[in-house]
Amino acid sequence: MSMQRQAQYRGAAFIQIVGFLVEPIVYLIVWRTVAAEAGDINGYGVDEFTAYYIVWTLVRVFNLALAPGAWDWWVSSGRITNDLVHPVDPYHRNIADFAGSKIIWILLWVPVAVFLAVLFRPGLSPSLFQVVMFFVAAWAGYVIRFNLLYLLGLMSFWTTRAQALVDMVVAMELLLSGRLVPMAVMPEWVQAISNWLPFKWTFQFPIEVVIGRLTTEEIWRGIGAQLIWIAITGVGYSVVWRRAIKQFTAVGT
Amino acid sequence: MPSVVVDRLTKTFKVPVREEGFVNSMKALVHREYRQVEAVKAVSFALEPGEVVGFLGPNGAGKTTTLKMLSGLLHPTAGDANVIGYRPWERDPEYLTRSALVMGNRNSLQWDLPVADSLDVRKAMYRIPDTDYRDRRARFTELLGVEDLLTKPVRNLSLGERMKVEILAALLPAPPVLFLDEPTLGLDLSMQKRIRSFVAEYAASEGATILLTSHYMADVTALCERVIVIHRGSILFDGGLAELGERFGGGKTISVTVAGTLPSLEAYGEVLEASAGKAVIEVAREDVASTAARLLADLDVQDLSIEDPPIEDVIERTFASGDEPDRSSEDAATS
Repeated sequence: MSMQRQAQYRGAAFIQIVGFLVEPIVYLIVWRTVAAEAGDINGYGVDEFTAYYIVWTLVRVFNLALAPGAWDWWVSSGRITNDLVHPVDPYHRNIADFAGSKIIWILLWVPVAVFLAVLFRPGLSPSLFQVVMFFVAAWAGYVIRFNLLYLLGLMSFWTTRAQALVDMVVAMELLLSGRLVPMAVMPEWVQAISNWLPFKWTFQFPIEVVIGRLTTEEIWRGIGAQLIWIAITGVGYSVVWRRAIKQFTAVGT
Repeated sequence: MPSVVVDRLTKTFKVPVREEGFVNSMKALVHREYRQVEAVKAVSFALEPGEVVGFLGPNGAGKTTTLKMLSGLLHPTAGDANVIGYRPWERDPEYLTRSALVMGNRNSLQWDLPVADSLDVRKAMYRIPDTDYRDRRARFTELLGVEDLLTKPVRNLSLGERMKVEILAALLPAPPVLFLDEPTLGLDLSMQKRIRSFVAEYAASEGATILLTSHYMADVTALCERVIVIHRGSILFDGGLAELGERFGGGKTISVTVAGTLPSLEAYGEVLEASAGKAVIEVAREDVASTAARLLADLDVQDLSIEDPPIEDVIERTFASGDEPDRSSEDAATS
């Protein structure tokens, strides 16, 4: 259903994909320039940064999930009532909804990726195993990020001012996920922190799988870490959702 | 066995309060005040399978809050309810499949996609067998007259068209319990009639239990033989429409047309309307026969009719009556 819906607005979806490019292209140009002048930075040279940020654009599409801010509107407008009367948990509906939309977004991403590859020549040559594991890791990263943002969104059942908490988490994600820079470029102590948080497994890990920065063993350990975070965030959601629904006051028209 | 049993159901909301003004808003930074709002107070009633019951009350009476508890959207503060063997707020998926809440002027369908696609989603969501789905979709489509709408995106439908397809979608799973919250809100007369006749047909053919709220008395008189009146969270009345009229309707109205000039009719009853040659007076029920006889004897009557007051007036009087809550319905539900 979400694929059909996205297909209705293919122009808007394409523009949205193109809009996502601004961020990585800025990072790409900056870090290529830095690497060209300063040389290799912890194993990242011009080619590595190029590959990283081009794959970044695809991982970004995978990472798109229900924004916590949507919950504010959903709850205060009463629209959530429409979903709560159905026998399908809104969680399942939303995660499937976004997953379906990604199929269309990924299709629209392909010409964008071709354009970037021609322009910047990333020099990527992943093995079949790396490609397969990339998609496994990217989908797992999506589930982790979806669960995290969903949990943040559930705060709307208790307060209409959860945005400060959301902003803090988004800032942490920016710094600790590999979204801003590859974590290898960050200080050791920052990398150590990021290893214990879920953010890196939603962004950096899938990218490193396909650009060849990880051994087979590291890939499998990374998948294991993702599964653990899926379990943690999934249990967190179950517990919070049960409390949230008891708290629900069904406001709105 | 009743399909819906409500036992002293209560819902209290904690609402922040603050006096107006800048100083008070600053005070609220450090000291928040709240008050408890009892939206529903120990409401009890029971509905038998196949009953269509009107649930009436002024704005803010607690109707929608009650429906939301019975449809599983809200947890009650106290009390209990059993709807077709389920406690609604436990949100058993089986219960959510077998009950439906339809709210007027609400859109739950896929906004950007044709109606038919939304119906297919409902089929999957509610796991409706293929044969049942095709049969009900065809039947309901014809009854509601929405054949031409199935290929249109929902966003392109008018309000009335949207309500019709919303009701169609809600009833596709053939829920045995249906909560209708102002289903004809904002619709024109012909749409209201269409939806009423569809609901009546559905109730009759499926034997569904329906609890209906509406501010349009035509909905109530067309569909319901029994009404429950709620006011300020408590039940004021639970019984037949006719009984409601007798208890709260005051008297009956006598419309009289006379030849020539109309004299003063104050001596016969309360004059509600008076114009050249025609008047409408209200008389106590027990005095109707004698007053009619006096009018016929005293005046040159050309036409005389006796009617119950409009149901809208009866409802208005019920709300304004300030009677003590009707306890008889609680006893009936718990016996």
